[in-house]
Amino acid sequence: MNSEINFEHRQAAHCENGVVSNLLRFYGVELSEPMVFGIGSGLFFSHMPFLKVDGIPVTSFRPLPGIIFSRIAKRLHIHFARKKYRRSPKKAMEELDKNLAKGIPTGMLVGVYHLSYFPEPYRFHFNAHNIIVYGEENSTYKISDPIMENVSELSYKELMRVRYAKGVFAPKGHMYWVDKAPGAIDLKAAIQKGITQTCKHMLTIPVPLFGVKGIRYMSKQVRNYPRKLGPRKAALFTGQIVRAQEEIGTGGAGFRYMYAAFLQEAAKVTDNDKLRELSFNMTAIGDMWREFATITGRIIKNRNKGDENYDRAADMLLKIAGEEEKFYQKLLKSIQ
Amino acid sequence: MKAKEVPQDDADMMRGKWKDPIYTLDEDGNYTTSYSLGWEVKNAVMQQAWDNINEKVEETKRKVINGKLSPVAYYMEKNIMDVSLLAKYMGLWRWTVKKHLKPKHFNKLPQEIIEQYADIFNIAPELLTSIEALKTTENDKE
Repeated sequence: MNSEINFEHRQAAHCENGVVSNLLRFYGVELSEPMVFGIGSGLFFSHMPFLKVDGIPVTSFRPLPGIIFSRIAKRLHIHFARKKYRRSPKKAMEELDKNLAKGIPTGMLVGVYHLSYFPEPYRFHFNAHNIIVYGEENSTYKISDPIMENVSELSYKELMRVRYAKGVFAPKGHMYWVDKAPGAIDLKAAIQKGITQTCKHMLTIPVPLFGVKGIRYMSKQVRNYPRKLGPRKAALFTGQIVRAQEEIGTGGAGFRYMYAAFLQEAAKVTDNDKLRELSFNMTAIGDMWREFATITGRIIKNRNKGDENYDRAADMLLKIAGEEEKFYQKLLKSIQ
Repeated sequence: MKAKEVPQDDADMMRGKWKDPIYTLDEDGNYTTSYSLGWEVKNAVMQQAWDNINEKVEETKRKVINGKLSPVAYYMEKNIMDVSLLAKYMGLWRWTVKKHLKPKHFNKLPQEIIEQYADIFNIAPELLTSIEALKTTENDKE
């Protein structure tokens, strides 16, 4: 069976935003990537030393995968259907074919490691990647992967493999699509909710691993790395923070620039000039995160020398935490 | 970051499949999307992660050639897996996979298990059982 849906692919900096934005456009709702990111409260921070991947602590600049998606659905009153096929990969593929035959572009979660069209240096066992399938021809599937500049293709076997990748966040054939074409959307209210939640989560979660407190905590950890871990491991741990910040799906400087772009757009929609002013603050904070990354770059180059760059990196993080704290307080006030 | 400051340090990490979109400020202070071929610092941390993986792969390869570990151990490291992830792909208990990392047990494995491992590692079953082949393979990942 052959089917191809007339689907417009646009590249995004982050897969979850990109998939939501591209799917909504298909149903006539034009929302930019930053807008999806802001309304879905995609800006976050967490540092969890006890949770390790490959023996390295996890740092994240985003909430758990799937959260932006469900918040957008709730705040814009868009109804998505979601299905998982835990035990039956064949059924998961049949259901996809049925959707395509009905002309429904279908989003799904996949593992990155076996994505044949992905560049090798990016292929790790990360399982919460989002793509849209928009057609099938002779058992070759047409893929809109929002990270890629152009559309891609996967064979039946390849697609089944990535849909059933194993490990953390195993997708288990999870797929989703817009169930009912969305009606009128109250963008202003959604923006208000998105901003409020971001500020609250960054300021008030009473556990020191999250938000601004988490950044301060990480600063303390980084300062102690060389003494606690020795030069090699210390460089690896610090490098991992920057990978989380700059690698795929972050849009640079840990999402701060994307959030600044959101604030500028939100200023226009809500007629609130304060948001535009604050967007410049957020840009400056993004620049500081990049400075932190630059210091880390020096650490990696001199990894065999015990050096004072760890103190510099830790100081930078403290400065960032201070600036971000002030920022979210001002932002919360500006929309009240 | 300003649009004109976007770094273009190309280390071919994206293999020409995309350029990184970055939200930047234009001359009038409005946000626009710029595209980056790469950033020195980002390239360095990615390379660091791969160096770390490649070192482990090489070390494991030596152990396989010296008869201390089975080829499953080598291909597991090469596919950036650990015992727990490989066990999930195989649908086996962790301790079973651990056993298969020892040459003594590996040599007694039935053909169907060998084939299942080979499928997961995306290689031919003959390659999985050939230690000779290992001696001549270069580690070709970034």
